[in-house]
Amino acid sequence: MSFAEAIRESRSGPRVRRHKMSTTEKREAKLGLAFISPWLIGFSIFYLIPMIASLVISFFDFDLANPDEAAFNGLDNWKRMLFDDPNTWKSLWITVRFGLISLPIWMASAFLLAVLLNSLNLVGRNIFRTAFFAPSLVPFVASALIWGQVLNSQTGWVNRIIEWFGIPAVGLDGIRWLDDPTLIPVTFTFIGIWGIGNAILINLAGLQGIPTALHEAAQIDGAGWWRRLRSISLPMVTPVIFYNLVLGVVALLQYFLPPFVLNGTTGYPEGATNFFMIYFYQQAFDFSQMGYGAALAWLLFFFGLAVTILLFGTQKYWVYYAAGD
Amino acid sequence: MATTTSREQRDALAREPEWKIRARRRTLLMKMGTTALAAALLAVFLMPMAYAFVTSAKTAEQASDPAAPILPSEPATFEYEGKEAPILLVPIDGETRELALVSPGRQQSEFVDPANPEAGTFVWEGNWRQLEPVRQSSWAWENYSEAWNFISFPRLLYWTLLYAFVTMVGAVGSSAFVAYGFSRFRFPGRSVLFIVLIGTIILPPAVVLIPRYTFFTAIDWTGTWLPLIVPLMFGNAYNVFLLRQYFMTIPREMEQAASVDGAGPLRTFLQVILPQAVPAVTAVSLFHFFFAWNDFFEPLIYLAGNRDIVPISVGLSFFSGTYEQNPNLIMAASFIALVIPLVIFFFSQRIFLSGIVVSGAEK
Repeated sequence: MSFAEAIRESRSGPRVRRHKMSTTEKREAKLGLAFISPWLIGFSIFYLIPMIASLVISFFDFDLANPDEAAFNGLDNWKRMLFDDPNTWKSLWITVRFGLISLPIWMASAFLLAVLLNSLNLVGRNIFRTAFFAPSLVPFVASALIWGQVLNSQTGWVNRIIEWFGIPAVGLDGIRWLDDPTLIPVTFTFIGIWGIGNAILINLAGLQGIPTALHEAAQIDGAGWWRRLRSISLPMVTPVIFYNLVLGVVALLQYFLPPFVLNGTTGYPEGATNFFMIYFYQQAFDFSQMGYGAALAWLLFFFGLAVTILLFGTQKYWVYYAAGD
Repeated sequence: MATTTSREQRDALAREPEWKIRARRRTLLMKMGTTALAAALLAVFLMPMAYAFVTSAKTAEQASDPAAPILPSEPATFEYEGKEAPILLVPIDGETRELALVSPGRQQSEFVDPANPEAGTFVWEGNWRQLEPVRQSSWAWENYSEAWNFISFPRLLYWTLLYAFVTMVGAVGSSAFVAYGFSRFRFPGRSVLFIVLIGTIILPPAVVLIPRYTFFTAIDWTGTWLPLIVPLMFGNAYNVFLLRQYFMTIPREMEQAASVDGAGPLRTFLQVILPQAVPAVTAVSLFHFFFAWNDFFEPLIYLAGNRDIVPISVGLSFFSGTYEQNPNLIMAASFIALVIPLVIFFFSQRIFLSGIVVSGAEK
């Protein structure tokens, strides 16, 4: 994985020794800090201080409309969030459940499409690669609106196509993708499928990085297409899949745009689109409860951190790093 | 066949063993199969695009009518003696003819043949209401001008492009400095700072949003573009990471030669390293452009009080809220919004795609 690798390698190499720095070393350090100073300043102003402030705000009853009436209320926001407000856990569960359904589908589609686009038997590979990637550049709002309509139970084409297979789908008692709460995770998985372009390309690069000798040796040993896919291609791209998974989880916890564009903060149908960020937005910006919003944001942060650490912990069981690691 | 092949060809065929011919045939079949599969999947993948395009050229009634034909159309009419007569499918003498209904009646109606109006009208017995109308293709392109004007597209475009370009220069420029600092100089705490930098990718923006919003409200910046532009002027993790990866591949001899020539570090960076990194800088600039074009959450929040200066993404979502009853106009507006990014992508494919690969592939 490239980020991890970059970090590892930034640590290795000649370390800055503990001894007193020589004049040239001092000069080098000063220059380095000068070059990164824009980020140091930006990080302090726009990340470090706001993070501290956000933690502080989470202990206040703070309504931005009446900033003067802000009052310290101790752990009230946290207590309410964790124990008294069922919507906290409900919206977190909606987000997590959606991730459990959508991420495997998106990642498997990206991997399988990459395998197809890497096939030597595919005529016009570059054209296909471009065509499969292009939809991921459709502005997300436009893509949510387009998918929202194509999944419309009465006028959308998805149901019309399903009817070709003899399954009644069109109409008010057909498949109501956008109105049936139990279908919502699947519906939004469809809505996001145009976003897998990056993952396809990264998988593709991973597949191209597999030494051809591996496939050739397996072929001589009589391994068929499926066997090679399962025993060579898949293990060899697990670092790429891991990378996609981490970024996918990060993006998923911030899932906001498609449900907001289609349903605002109404949670329609029956609260099924009340994702965590939608709930956060509603509390902080519709209801102007900044203190409670800050607490919600921190919950999301801790939850995301826990999931990320967990994922890194599982790495050794399934991610294969080639020799030299 | 055999009679038309020349002697040499026949010999060549005879020399080619049977298994080789079969293998070639198999390869051909595999190629056709794989390509057909890819084409079928692509058709499914892009189907919503076709839907959006077709719907964008329908009238509102058709777009919301489940029984309407796939392609935009309207009932066909025929002008007869100054009147518009609808053309219907009429069964006559065992065949179905397309005839214009001139004078409808309950038991019998008068029709004229549009292909031969000189023959005059004739009477058909039966209820004309049970006849199917003939439809003719009709694309409502005026939807585009209506959507364009209603969302004030030029204004949205102006603000989006302004935002995209200003922040592109600022974010990529500052990121290049930071990336150079991380890639070339040793200083205490470098690896920790780099981990912190990468860590900001995983940090949910919500955590810093509320204090930022409070602060920007306090200094009266909400309702302007400043809260969106200023934080991007200090480098961001993703850009820094990509540029740093690229700078690492530039040989240090380049800098040594420059410093022998008496150039200071700043001049070396601007005149030697940056020109070497044009492909990476271009890729990162393109990423940033698409990010800015798509940016939704923060513009939604910071520009909430000032609808006149929202970018395309937010404008489009407002539009869809107002025009819920007009799916055709929403599709037309969506199409207008997606054309520019796609056109830019098609012209910059190679640089763009290689940039994505740098970010995710193993070095």
